[in-house]
Amino acid sequence: MSWVKNKMPEQEPQERRRNFSEVALGYAPDTAQSEAKRCLQCKTAPCRQGCPVGINIPEFIKHIKDGDFDSAIAEIKTKNNLPAVCGRVCPQEDQCEKYCVVGKRGEPVAIGRLERFAADQFRLSETKQPAQPAELNQGKVAIIGAGPAGLAAAGDLARLGYKVTVMEALHAPGGVLMYGIPEFRLPKEIVASEINELKELGVEIMVNAIVGKTFTIDELLNEEGYDSVFISTGAGLPHFLEIPGENLNGVYSANEFLTRVNLMKAYKYPAAGTPVHAGQNVAVVGAGNVAMDAARTALRLGAENVYIVYRRSEDEMPARAEEKEHAKEEGVQFRLLTNPMAIVGDDKGWVKGLECIRMELGEPDSSGRRKPIAIPSSNFVLDVDTVIMAIGQGPNPLVQQTTPGLEVDRRGNIKADENGQTSKEGVFAGGDIVTGAATVILAMGAGKKAALAIHEYIQKKKGC
Amino acid sequence: MYTIVYSEELAPSVKLFHVQAPLIAKKCQPGQFVIVRMDDEGERIPLTIADFDREKGTITLIFQEVGHSTRQMGSLKQGDQFLDVAGPLGKATHIEKFGTVVCIGGGIGVAPVYPIARAYKEAGNKVISIIGARNKDLLILEKEMAAVSDVFHITTDDGSKGRKGLVIDPLKELIEAGEEIAVVMAIGPVVMMRSVAEVTRPYSIHTIVSLNPIMVDGTGMCGGCRVSVANENKFACVDGPEFDAHEVDFAGLMARQRMYHHHEKQERPQGGSCKCHG
Ligand SMILES: Cc1cc2nc3c(=O)[nH]c(=O)nc-3n(C[C@H](O)[C@H](O)[C@H](O)COP(=O)(O)OP(=O)(O)OC[C@H]3O[C@@H](n4cnc5c(N)ncnc54)[C@H](O)[C@@H]3O)c2cc1C
Ligand SMILES: Cc1cc2nc3c(=O)[nH]c(=O)nc-3n(C[C@H](O)[C@H](O)[C@H](O)COP(=O)(O)OP(=O)(O)OC[C@H]3O[C@@H](n4cnc5c(N)ncnc54)[C@H](O)[C@@H]3O)c2cc1C
Ligand code: SF4
Ligand code: FES
Repeated sequence: MSWVKNKMPEQEPQERRRNFSEVALGYAPDTAQSEAKRCLQCKTAPCRQGCPVGINIPEFIKHIKDGDFDSAIAEIKTKNNLPAVCGRVCPQEDQCEKYCVVGKRGEPVAIGRLERFAADQFRLSETKQPAQPAELNQGKVAIIGAGPAGLAAAGDLARLGYKVTVMEALHAPGGVLMYGIPEFRLPKEIVASEINELKELGVEIMVNAIVGKTFTIDELLNEEGYDSVFISTGAGLPHFLEIPGENLNGVYSANEFLTRVNLMKAYKYPAAGTPVHAGQNVAVVGAGNVAMDAARTALRLGAENVYIVYRRSEDEMPARAEEKEHAKEEGVQFRLLTNPMAIVGDDKGWVKGLECIRMELGEPDSSGRRKPIAIPSSNFVLDVDTVIMAIGQGPNPLVQQTTPGLEVDRRGNIKADENGQTSKEGVFAGGDIVTGAATVILAMGAGKKAALAIHEYIQKKKGC
Repeated sequence: MYTIVYSEELAPSVKLFHVQAPLIAKKCQPGQFVIVRMDDEGERIPLTIADFDREKGTITLIFQEVGHSTRQMGSLKQGDQFLDVAGPLGKATHIEKFGTVVCIGGGIGVAPVYPIARAYKEAGNKVISIIGARNKDLLILEKEMAAVSDVFHITTDDGSKGRKGLVIDPLKELIEAGEEIAVVMAIGPVVMMRSVAEVTRPYSIHTIVSLNPIMVDGTGMCGGCRVSVANENKFACVDGPEFDAHEVDFAGLMARQRMYHHHEKQERPQGGSCKCHG
């Protein structure tokens, strides 16, 4: 047996840095089977404890090894409604693959790539059958927000026999999968196709429905006849640094920049109606996954120089190692230990530079990370015409403000217990709106737990 | 899909649509807006809800053809559909009995002023309205505005109707004549709103303007619509669109509105019929 993962083919960096096609190309069937053979089929399957939605990992891998791809995807789908998505974007190194026994001596089994393979085989198969909707007579549930948390809850509740309506503020469901994560990491066609499978289960998706505006939670419960509500509105409120010059033309939040490009397809402008300004020299402030996505997107729009500007060092960068590597290979330049002080504008109100100060690392702070300290008089101006702020997001307050009796914490996130129960009867919440910005699979896990709790709540209510 | 059940040309390149959107018609209040999208390749465009009919389930949109999307929208006819209409968005106008309110609408800005003036009137205020345009052909909603106003003024830049001059001229006279004005509500081009703010500032007359920065989502998730108000950044789509005129950074707003000017001059397919980009 090999101690290393089978390689997944990728587009070459020089080629892919200027196109929006998917970077990773996926396993061919024989490679997938060869990778599946690396799995030891452990009885205890430690990998399973790392999966927030509890997929039976050795079981689906065994089906792939046997060449029975239909059974592999059927097994995955009992737990995960969006496997083609999760196989692509989950940080498996911190989840299932972290616990894999093979990983103790060599590289862990490529569980994520195998999940992706099974889902892609199924999606592209010509003989696939539409899912059979259950009889939806258990009650009515409204889900607010069609991101991974809401979609996971919707799928499980439909299977339990509930009539589910997902209300989504934007014109397309998917949440961050649709507007945030770029096409070259997660093709939008794949997101749409997995969401369509939920519709086959009988889930209704209502777009252009903004809860807090089009309806309030109290109206849904008291007037529209919903037995319960699940809030999964995500962490969509962009933060800015609050430094001088942030309102100059050419300054974007990562959310706006990515929404224009992904959801509105600005990379096809003028064939698509929404423009985006991608300059020649672009600074992206921040060093998480969102920053990597924004930087790689700017490159693909034609920028000559794209800089990641980050006040700490490479060790502290929150982005996944793989994202960082991809960005480097494509030519993104890292300006570390560099802190933005002000954005400099020209006389027409456009960005012409980013004034920064150099930093050095001091003693560890309360979080255990070494604190960046400014080096006096080390200011300099980075020559850029676009600045993208990727320094984090907070909770969108629309639902909280219009729902009396719903408790929030000091950061504005909704308070909920581990089953998603909030301070308000019949109202559950999960995903980024509860935890703050996290991951797709954690949001899905929260959605699944809440679906069970909602089921219990409604059955109990019907009982008395 | 949201069907256009009625359409009318109010002035050259100014159109009115009644659009079937029952959920929005049921909830909307004066001062709010919607975001519309025409088709799958389309832009998200903010438009004020100029009127609504809760029983018929329709909202009224009035728009001016200024660029690619609004021109394409102008080619839609009765029976055609919008792919998306989302709303009602933004905060509603704060309406109560204040006393005397002056409602000022410039150009296409008369459309958003109208439902607000009507609501002020219904709340028992004395409503003085001033509407203005470049010339008489561009004046809209005259009859409607007259019907909800106690005193009604028209101004045109060229004097082709009403008095020759700007909307701020009658306002200045009202103030000089000692009219007790509780609130001034002004909506129109940014330069107009700014000049209204300058007229009322020395007298500390509470003045409200409705801002129209470039928007994308309209729900508070992108920050593209940010404007500086009292030196603090606000998102016009959720914190507004109405703000205290004496606190708005108008110069900043105008600069940001020009952000995509050079894009708009690029060669683009004209009208709504070209589907060649597939
Ligand atoms: C650019 C980017 C890249 C990322 N990359 C990864 C990655 O590679 N791997 C990973 O695991 N995670 C990644 N994440 C994080 C991950 O996407 C989120 O943790 C996850 O999407 C959270 O899911 P959610 O369902 O809680 O919320 P969201 O996905 O944010 O969905 C919330 C939905 O609710 C809607 N909504 C909000 N308010 C209302 C309202 N009032 N009424 C109706 N609808 C409303 C929103 O429009 C949205 O569609 C990334 C995030 C970003 C921004
Ligand atoms: C809350 C709000 C309510 C609005 N209500 C109305 C309304 O009721 N009727 C109406 O006709 N218009 C209204 N607008 C303005 C309208 O959204 C713009 O005219 C429209 O987006 C222009 O699109 P376009 O593609 O046709 O023009 P573009 O080709 O995008 O632009 C043409 C010209 O319009 C300017 N422009 C672009 N976007 C905006 C904008 N959002 N606001 C102002 N100027 C802009 C550009 O700088 C350019 O000069 C409103 C805007 C906001 C933010
Ligand atoms: S821990 Fe690794 S080797 Fe063991 S069952 Fe899971 S994937 Fe297979
Ligand atoms: S339009 Fe995006 S936040 Fe207002």
